[in-house]
Amino acid sequence: MLGWELPPHNSGGLGVACYHMSKALALKGAQIDFVVPYQAKHTNIDFMNIHHATPVTPLERYGLGAYDSKMLLERSLTEADADDLQDMRGVQKRYVQYVEKLVQDIKPDAIHAHDWLTMEAGVRAKELTDAPLIVHVHATEFDRSGELSGNPVVHEIEQQALLMADRIIAVSNITKGIIVHKYGIPADRVEVVHNAIDAASFDESYDYDKQTYKYLELLRCEGYTVAATVTRFTVQKGLTHFIRAAARACEKYDKLVFLLAGDGEQRDELIQLAAEFGISDKVFFTGFVRGKQWRDAYSVADIFVMSSVSEPFGLTALEAAHHDSALIISKQSGVGEVLENIFQYDFWDTELLADQLIAIATSESLSRELRENVKKEYTRISWHDVANDCYRIYGTMKQGAIA
Amino acid sequence: MSQKKAITLYLHVHQPFRVRQYSVFDTGESHDYFNEPNYNSERNNEAVFKKVADKSYRPMNALLLKLLREHEDFKLSLSITGTFIDQAEQWAPDVIESFQALVATGKVEIVAETYHHSLAFFYSRNEFEKQVTLHRDKIKTLFGVTPKVFRNTELAYNNELAQWADSQGYEGILAEGWDPILQWRSPNYVYRPPATKNISLLLKNYRLSDDLAFRFSDQSWGEWPLTADRYTDWLRQATEDAPLVNLFMDYETFGEHQWHETGIFGFFEETVRTWLQDKDNTFTTVSDAITANPPSDEIDVPYTVTWADTERDLSAWNGNRLQQEALKYLYRLESDILRTKDEQLINDWRYLQASDLVYYMCTKNLDDGAVHAYFSPYESPYDAFLFFMNVIRDLRWRLIQDHKTGGLHG
Repeated sequence: MLGWELPPHNSGGLGVACYHMSKALALKGAQIDFVVPYQAKHTNIDFMNIHHATPVTPLERYGLGAYDSKMLLERSLTEADADDLQDMRGVQKRYVQYVEKLVQDIKPDAIHAHDWLTMEAGVRAKELTDAPLIVHVHATEFDRSGELSGNPVVHEIEQQALLMADRIIAVSNITKGIIVHKYGIPADRVEVVHNAIDAASFDESYDYDKQTYKYLELLRCEGYTVAATVTRFTVQKGLTHFIRAAARACEKYDKLVFLLAGDGEQRDELIQLAAEFGISDKVFFTGFVRGKQWRDAYSVADIFVMSSVSEPFGLTALEAAHHDSALIISKQSGVGEVLENIFQYDFWDTELLADQLIAIATSESLSRELRENVKKEYTRISWHDVANDCYRIYGTMKQGAIA
Repeated sequence: MSQKKAITLYLHVHQPFRVRQYSVFDTGESHDYFNEPNYNSERNNEAVFKKVADKSYRPMNALLLKLLREHEDFKLSLSITGTFIDQAEQWAPDVIESFQALVATGKVEIVAETYHHSLAFFYSRNEFEKQVTLHRDKIKTLFGVTPKVFRNTELAYNNELAQWADSQGYEGILAEGWDPILQWRSPNYVYRPPATKNISLLLKNYRLSDDLAFRFSDQSWGEWPLTADRYTDWLRQATEDAPLVNLFMDYETFGEHQWHETGIFGFFEETVRTWLQDKDNTFTTVSDAITANPPSDEIDVPYTVTWADTERDLSAWNGNRLQQEALKYLYRLESDILRTKDEQLINDWRYLQASDLVYYMCTKNLDDGAVHAYFSPYESPYDAFLFFMNVIRDLRWRLIQDHKTGGLHG
């Protein structure tokens, strides 16, 4: 399995999905060799072998911008310098070289590559071993670049790998649609396997600590409703539309506040936008959160908003459902395909989002219905089903186990 | 006997209480907004104060005292903010004593201003007057004098302010000698604001002042390195037909904005000596300048002029939406905060009014941006804004929790 990150060294949902998927596959008996591009301990993982392709630290790797393809220089891998580990292409080249060596020692029965970051390595491994290549698409460059056009080098890498892949897994119908329509891949080569959430992985001993977001809790006592999102601040996430809707909602109903948990390149723009609408004191910026501050952000939220312009899946929505939030999800987010008890809106439709925010904030019974019902829904979605689907897909291609 | 040509040297002494890295998670939790724990941070007020005391206040006061003793005619004026005094009392009491020694010579005048280095004049007249009174009382206690000339924070000035100062009995007021308000006139005379009875207006000669304050060590400046002889020549030219030249600048120009290594101290000493070698030259305090020179004309300033940036308006402090938001929420708290009579709370709120804190939120670019970045202890204006907003929320928290008053508004 070729990945870019695993918890706790992840900066987003890709690592979380890879972790749970691998774990569920391992439980079914798969032997997995998982390659990451950085050097760090994963003491929480004993169900597979983790290989470290380069000596960079996870922190240095964040700096390369795995989710931010703008930083990528426009050039092919042959031109990249494998000794330059400050550069994304350099790290990727080293990653490919590592995989080339690895597949000589371990003959995989299948190669499972996650997203563009590892696709070149996947293609190379297939060339060397003739094992079937499964390309798992969590997000395409169209998703990452939001309403912008994206990086042509990344598009090209994706295009090549999707053509070479024996099988493609998309995390939602939205993503499958992009693969079929924007990359011209025949629909029958693409399977949709929705991501899941591991309810058991939630620490049952975890108690929400009201002290973490003390001020927001005080606001709630005063009758305010907290609408939150936990995300990276990039164009893909549609947060400027969220701020616009927030301002619109506040015109009609004052007792709303907004928690934007996370960080990213768009932070300053969002701060500026909130100031321009004159709602700076209603919008809370936490900076990058993990651990308790991250979990408690879900708990303090009455409403969780996923405002993505293009979200292949959107695992955080399921986290939010687990933590008892009512969900408002843009129609451009894949997670909406597996949930019924949610509000949906087109990401640009700030009027509708404002309406939905006010509706939930002003109706306790609506809020309760949404929260209770979505909670029943998400527990039905399991990583074991994902593993079963993967196993079935491996099986349709070759005999044997998985690498 | 013809009147001597005079330099009116006026230095502004100030340190703000910078807000520490104060997050959403500190809100409601800790109220120590001004105690940055990292001693190496530019936000650590104690560290900054001690550093500037060593680089600027101690050596410059020693030099000033020496010059006051050596030269009968050497005089100057100082404005010393309350927030500076509060810091000096905690971290360098000897610096206060060295200022007292200067004032004790009888040749150093203290200028009136707001205690908190605020722009309250433009946001709350009531609060503004309280801060001016607080400052006057503090100066009286420490130095035994009552200021007669007023300067507003950042030299922010307009007709209305002059009229206010006039009604309060001030003899003079200071402002930027900005060309659009001077038009054909020279800053090297005393003027009169419109619709006032007694007050006179002194205008900063910004070219000659900024030669020291901003350009002195700039190696790309055509006049670098500036010598005392050449600078004295310029001062002579400025006063050829006029009675005085007003050099107004930050005190910290000496040793902090211009480091010791640039030669600023030696240059200053040499300039004073060279200037006074000519028996027709002298120095004057701001009050003496006013007494000696009746106003030569009226200057109308209907809009606000300051001493900062190429615009010389308030835009460095309230020009963008972040700053407008911050100031809006801050001053909106006034009546709730004052009503509590909670001295600690009121004091914290007043420290937050320091103009510096909104200046750090300035997003202007180009030349001014460089000046702003130099003076900012934050990585970005957005950080400055976020920390400030979190503090505003904490003030609201304290109002509600400790005083059962105020509204949260988010």
